Amino acid sequence: MNFLSIFDVIGPNMVGPSSSHTAGAAAIGLMAGKLCPGKIKKATFTLYGSFALVYKGHGTDRALLGGVLGFNTDDLRIKNAFKESKKYGMEYNFIFDKDTVPEHPNTADIELESVNGYHLKVRGVSIGGGKIKITMINDIKVEFTGEYSTLIIKQHDVPGVVAHITQCLSDDSVNIAFMRLFRDSKGGTAFTVVESDEAIPDAIISHIDDNKNVLDTILVQPR
Amino acid sequence: MDFINGAELLRACNENNISISEAMKLRERAIADDDTTMEKIRYSLSIMKNAVKKPLSHPEKSMSGLTGGEAKKIYDNFEASKGILGSLAEKAIAYSMAVLEVNASMGVIVAAPTAGSSGVLPGVLLSYAEENHLNDDEIITGLFNASAIGYLLMRNASVAGAEAGCQAEIGAASAMAASAITELRGGTPSQCLEAAAMTLANMLGLVCDPICGLVEIPCQSRNASGAMNALISAEIITSGVHFMIPFDEMSDAMLSVGKSLPLSLRETAMGGCAVTPAGCKAAKMFSEKIN
Repeated sequence: MNFLSIFDVIGPNMVGPSSSHTAGAAAIGLMAGKLCPGKIKKATFTLYGSFALVYKGHGTDRALLGGVLGFNTDDLRIKNAFKESKKYGMEYNFIFDKDTVPEHPNTADIELESVNGYHLKVRGVSIGGGKIKITMINDIKVEFTGEYSTLIIKQHDVPGVVAHITQCLSDDSVNIAFMRLFRDSKGGTAFTVVESDEAIPDAIISHIDDNKNVLDTILVQPR
Repeated sequence: MDFINGAELLRACNENNISISEAMKLRERAIADDDTTMEKIRYSLSIMKNAVKKPLSHPEKSMSGLTGGEAKKIYDNFEASKGILGSLAEKAIAYSMAVLEVNASMGVIVAAPTAGSSGVLPGVLLSYAEENHLNDDEIITGLFNASAIGYLLMRNASVAGAEAGCQAEIGAASAMAASAITELRGGTPSQCLEAAAMTLANMLGLVCDPICGLVEIPCQSRNASGAMNALISAEIITSGVHFMIPFDEMSDAMLSVGKSLPLSLRETAMGGCAVTPAGCKAAKMFSEKIN
């Protein structure tokens, strides 16, 4: 069990009304936005389960959208996320899928397209108290929470890439808390997710990207 | 410094001759230095202060239209000296309900321990602070004390309505507030835990049955009820009365009662207030409004 802090009890600071349906949704959106490099021009949200059924009174749609725009869970702009999105110049579309039964009742898929043509699809689940998990990126199952400094490395599933990554981590004195490899099929595309208690330095991105089998490296610092 | 139940907390307090708030503050050093913690808690307090006051002068309707404006009415009644209970209780009611209005209209609140119960602790602490001229540091002492109780309930029982009903959610918030006021009133750590345990006992069995599944009715007035329950226990215990069931046993009992509540009474909007004819009518109107 993670250490329960004062701020897990008296917190999160959040735009209401629901920690799972509002704050959790904003956190999922925020994480998706951070995973997409460059200015986002289009966002498509698919809400499942309880999210699809009771989003309206909880502002789940506004929270997801506000998150993608970079608003934290306690940012008042969440309430006006539709207007804020227009101001930012981002198109958005919502799909409320009430038929599919998701593994977790509070699930959202977010598809993002950036101005430079980058496409990303992220699935997040809100697991209560404003806490979330990212469970899928581009149809590959992953698992991380964003509570740690997190590196997400997209790579070819070939020998030597993980060794390269751990060498880079060692060179930059990063102490690994958790490290896992996720892939769609043998020899296909894989994601390595590294989580560390201390802030992972930005400089590591270019070191990891040096390997020809690394496709993309994204570093997300905790909220 | 760490403790995983009420008995260990009490032992830590007695062995080191410290209060519950001090024990919680020392425990927090495992992840952050005191300055960082203080800076963050001051920010939390500033959000709480805004949330108890704003709806008194600038009420806003909720997203659904079910609530909004209640706190102002109560506060106006208090200011006109027409209240029934006296200034501390009247303010605590208005403040705790105000926070739920902020929450339901997508304003910023501090979940304490949850969004649905976010009115109780600020409602009690900030009205008590005004009536007794406490400064921010003293209020923060109350927040540290309350968070120790909340942490133990999160760890060993539950604070989620979906898991254990409203007794877990507003029950926990109320127990936290009761303990905090007991410490601020000069009560011992043992008395704080007794006040928290008594509060859990007084709210035992309370179901979670929100109309339309929204955090509004009966949540808003239950926050006021939770605030009152906290003051009642603090009043009783600081008078020197004892409560015979230890906090840890009461925490277990609360979880056990919560687990035995049917699913319809655990935040599913399928029982209690939610399925009264009035509740069903509101749900029908709300669903027509959004479709």
